[in-house]
Amino acid sequence: MDIPYTVTARPDTGLFNGKLGIWLFLASEVMLFGALFSSYVLLRVGAETWPRGETILNVWMAFLNTVVLISSSVTMVLAWAALKTNQFQKSRWLLISTFLLATVFLVVKYFEYTEKFSHGLLPSTNTFLAIYFTLTGLHGLHVVGGMIVMAYLFGPGAKMFRIAPERFTNRVEITGLYWHFVDLVWIFLFPVLYLL
Amino acid sequence: MAEHKSHGVSIYYKVFVALMVLTVVTVAVNRVHVGISAAIIVALMIAAFKGSLVAGYFMHLFNESNQIYRVLLLTAIFLIFLMFLPLLGRWSTVTGLQHRTPLTPSAAPAAESQH
Repeated sequence: MDIPYTVTARPDTGLFNGKLGIWLFLASEVMLFGALFSSYVLLRVGAETWPRGETILNVWMAFLNTVVLISSSVTMVLAWAALKTNQFQKSRWLLISTFLLATVFLVVKYFEYTEKFSHGLLPSTNTFLAIYFTLTGLHGLHVVGGMIVMAYLFGPGAKMFRIAPERFTNRVEITGLYWHFVDLVWIFLFPVLYLL
Repeated sequence: MAEHKSHGVSIYYKVFVALMVLTVVTVAVNRVHVGISAAIIVALMIAAFKGSLVAGYFMHLFNESNQIYRVLLLTAIFLIFLMFLPLLGRWSTVTGLQHRTPLTPSAAPAAESQH
C-alpha cells in the first residue's frame, strides 16, 4: 500500500504528510521535555539550597558540546539544501558529518558521566544530580535516535534517491526538523543545568 | 536562480556565527556574578533568542504553513501552563512552602534533632 502525499502537499493541510507528522511529534516532544523542565522548577523552588551547576559540572565540556551540536545542525540543514540542488554525494557527506558530530557529542557526554560516577556523584546523590541525569540522559537518547535515522539515510536508505529523489529529500528534511529540535533542547539545557 | 540558491545557503552560515557568538556571550555573562534572578533572566533570554534562530531558520518556521503555526500555538499554550504549574502549587498554601526538600542529608531536620 502506498502512503499518500509523500511528495505533493495534501490539499487540506498544504503540507506533505511526513511534515505534519513530524511537527505533531515535535509538539508531543515539547510537552515531554516541558514536563521535565517544569519538574526542575518545582524541585528547585522547593529545595533548601540549590547548587550553581558550574560548582558540580564541567562547563567547558558542555560548552564544547554546545558548539558540536550547533555545528551538526548546520551540516544537517546543508545536507537538505544540497539535495534541493541535486548534489547527492555532497549531501551524503554532510549527513555523515552530522552523524560524526553527534558521535563526538556522545563521547564527550560519556567522559562527563564517567567523571561524575568516579567521584561518587550518582543520580541518587542529590536532587540536582537526579534532574541533571534525567534531563541529559533523555536528551542523549534523542541524539542516539537521530543517529539511527541518519545512518539509515546515508546507508541502506540512500538508494531511494535514485528512484524517488523528492521523497528522499523530504525524508532528509523531516529528519533535520527532528535534529534541530534536539539541538534546541540542548540550547536550553546548557544554561539551565550548567550555568544557573 | 543559482544566485537565489547561494543566498539560501549563506543564511545558515550567518545563523551559525550568531549562535556561536551567543553561546560565548552566555558563558561570558555568567562569569560576571550578578544576582541569581538577574542571571536566570539574562541566560533564558539569550537561550530563547538562540532557540528562535534555530526554529526560524534551520526549521524554516519563519516561512511555514499556517497549519504548523496552529499546531505550535496550541503547544505553546499548554507549555506555558505546564511551566507555571509548580508556581500555582507554591501559592496555593497559606503557610508558604509545605514540602521543602533538603538537598543534602546534613540539612535535613532529622540531623538537627539529634543534637
